[in-house]
Amino acid sequence: MPASGRRPPWFLLVAASIGAIGVLLPLAYLVLRAFEADLQAVQALVFRQRNLRLLFNTLTLSFTVLVGTTLLAVPLAFITVRTDIRHKRLLTILATLPLAVPGYVMAYALISLGGNYGILARLTGLALPRMSGLSGAAAALTLYTYPYLFLNLRAALAGVDPSYEETARSLGYGRTEIFFKVTLPHLRPALLAGWLVIGLYVLGDFGAVALMRYEVFSYAIFTQYHGAFDRVYAAWLSLMLLAMTVGVVGLEWRLLGRTKLWRSGSGVGRKPAEVPLGRTRPFAKLFVWLVILAAVGLPVLILSYWLLLAPPDLRPAQVAASFAASAAASVPAAALAALLALPVAYTAARYPSVISRTLERAAYIGYAIPPLALALAMVFFALRSAPALYQTLPLLILAYALNFQALAIGPIRSAVLQASPRLEEAARSLGRNRVEAFVSTVLPLLRRGIVAGGVLVFVIAMKELPITFLLAPTGYRTLAMNVFSRTSEAMLAQAAPYAAAIVVFSGLFIGFLLKHEGSR
Amino acid sequence: MQSYNIAKRLRLAAAALLLAFSPAAVFEALAAGGREADALTLYSGRGEALVDPLIERFEEETGIKVNVRYGGTAELAVLLQEEGSRTPADLFWAQDAGALGALSTADRFRELPEDLYADLPAIYRSRTGSWVATSGRARVLVYSNERVEEGERPSSVFDLADERYAGRFGWAPTNGSFQAFVTAMRVVHGDDRTADWLEAMDEGGALRYRNNTALVEAIGAGEIDFAITNNYYLLRFLADDPDYPASQMFFEGGDIGNLVNVAGVAILAESDRREQAVEFVRFLLSRWSQEFFTGEIYEYPVLEGVEPNAQLETFETLLEASPELDLDAMEDLDGTLALLRELGLL
Repeated sequence: MPASGRRPPWFLLVAASIGAIGVLLPLAYLVLRAFEADLQAVQALVFRQRNLRLLFNTLTLSFTVLVGTTLLAVPLAFITVRTDIRHKRLLTILATLPLAVPGYVMAYALISLGGNYGILARLTGLALPRMSGLSGAAAALTLYTYPYLFLNLRAALAGVDPSYEETARSLGYGRTEIFFKVTLPHLRPALLAGWLVIGLYVLGDFGAVALMRYEVFSYAIFTQYHGAFDRVYAAWLSLMLLAMTVGVVGLEWRLLGRTKLWRSGSGVGRKPAEVPLGRTRPFAKLFVWLVILAAVGLPVLILSYWLLLAPPDLRPAQVAASFAASAAASVPAAALAALLALPVAYTAARYPSVISRTLERAAYIGYAIPPLALALAMVFFALRSAPALYQTLPLLILAYALNFQALAIGPIRSAVLQASPRLEEAARSLGRNRVEAFVSTVLPLLRRGIVAGGVLVFVIAMKELPITFLLAPTGYRTLAMNVFSRTSEAMLAQAAPYAAAIVVFSGLFIGFLLKHEGSR
Repeated sequence: MQSYNIAKRLRLAAAALLLAFSPAAVFEALAAGGREADALTLYSGRGEALVDPLIERFEEETGIKVNVRYGGTAELAVLLQEEGSRTPADLFWAQDAGALGALSTADRFRELPEDLYADLPAIYRSRTGSWVATSGRARVLVYSNERVEEGERPSSVFDLADERYAGRFGWAPTNGSFQAFVTAMRVVHGDDRTADWLEAMDEGGALRYRNNTALVEAIGAGEIDFAITNNYYLLRFLADDPDYPASQMFFEGGDIGNLVNVAGVAILAESDRREQAVEFVRFLLSRWSQEFFTGEIYEYPVLEGVEPNAQLETFETLLEASPELDLDAMEDLDGTLALLRELGLL
């Protein structure tokens, strides 16, 4: 009997609503500010042709990045999960590492390659034009966002029941046919979740596109805050962006449909057999290493170059203190985000309905809100309701969790979809109540998903800037703040130790968790 | 047996969560201890590397502790507006005058004692009394050593609209200093001439960059040959790398392209530590600080009698080069933004 069609228990709905209510706060703030606007000025500032052009650029960029990340992530995930390639763990960790690289560092790395004064020119004398525009922005964004898709796909691929493919093979399907007709449909929720995260990220990104000089919609929002010091029309533009988000999320839900992925018959869950690479082995290896070289090797090369070019007086104590500050905000944020995401993902997977859809949509709105708007909203509400909390660490953690909870939903949802409700039903028939049944049967199966979700949030929180600038306690200095303040003064060598710290510590965290996530 | 496992798991989960949140608690405790009751809170749009040494020196000299919140001038200005009267800030130190003008118009600042700014040279003085300049920067033309001939250097910023510079120029429309420059151009030469110049430059293929540093980098990279920026960017590049392939120059004397811009500081009206705040402002205008600004940061001092850095043009040259302009007349940033938007530059 399908799980859908039944109403979710009340406590589950309450738990799932907490994150959504949190997101309502910034939304309410934006609407409040928007209403302060003069309608004529709204017409002139918001609904003008240039914004349409910027919007078109944004959509073009998003589409390009989605295609690029898919082309990278799908083969990578398949090769590292399902084939007999060697050193799987190492390759997986390396392929996920770009998450640890801040976007502006990656964009800077790509730009520094070219030009008369760039790295290529100084090392080899070859001066290629610097990357810029759509190609540059798409390259930078693709290289450091593909791991979102990669991680989602990994979780999904590893959880696919092999009996489907074995059945297909016994019916005479060839290997490629099986991939496209059986495996790929199983990956649909993971693909959609990954695309959603990446698509929304591109919609809102400003750093990398600014460096690449490609003007997108977030530019319009940026110039309102920066040029005009204006919160009112920025609110209008932010609401427009969020309207797009709702549309995109709605589209994703429609495409997801009522996918059921669990094994419906009896039997035991097994790890699928590895696909032998055979003659394609050198190509597979080449592909994986090329991606890793571009996405990880390049930023590492640049950082090393800066460090060697003009060795700054390294102050390890300061870097360590900075790291502690970053971690003290990012770790609790990751835990809180996973906690907020779990009931939402569970409700969305087990009891798909308008309510669960709305709750999930709310989380994605939290993700898509321009960070400056989110920060100002928290300032607004904190000052009015809990002034003691203003500019304290808990408020920052809350802001991070609300912003990034959507990242945790995707992996957890995929994992829930793969866990059969039969397990819980069996546990309940043996006398456990709902919570006990969930904790004893399904929760252990969600470990990979929860871990993936937590890692995603931790890593993005470590790099976060605009919210941190506005909400962190005065005098609180995270690694990202240190990197940014130095790169914006073109003191690249001084920025390098902090940027390296971000990459190294986030990378270690990713590595450690991937190593110990365990297998089913 | 089963319920024992579940209970144990739940307990482990709770312990893990507590562990995850404990660093936050520790930090909060430590930080709260550090924030003394009488400390000044400064919102600084100026970078940490520049400001830290000054803060240290101030704390040594006066014993007044300063907590600094760093950020972009614009973000901090917006934050101050959002915080309104509930702001914890005592001082706001902006990278350029536009943000100060906007907040001053909104009556967010407390009047400064007149003796602080009465002695400043005319080009640095604001008559509103609500903020004071701490250092000056001149707009200059930065150009490539390798690709620009002697005879090609323009004598006025208006010359850049000429055909022979087409496709060789870069600017940063979102940059505060650029916007201040356009405002000045509008004040001195009128809206129409300014709009014509902007349009001609845009049609001539002026490339857009995000800030002044990016402009200087672009010249080095070979993407553009000319850019108008503030005087200290190239000097900082040259300090790191004396072979950097670019030079800078003023336009001819009095040209609007030589606009002198300022960084400035103001005291928030809500501050209840006025005396300490005034002391801080006085410190920024002291000989030591002014020598620091020019020696380490390559800006122009505002205090009479402090010699500008040897690598800068002398103060007399600066006075000759700079256009005649009232700092206060530059408050119409909105008009500039509207113009830039109309022309599709923003």
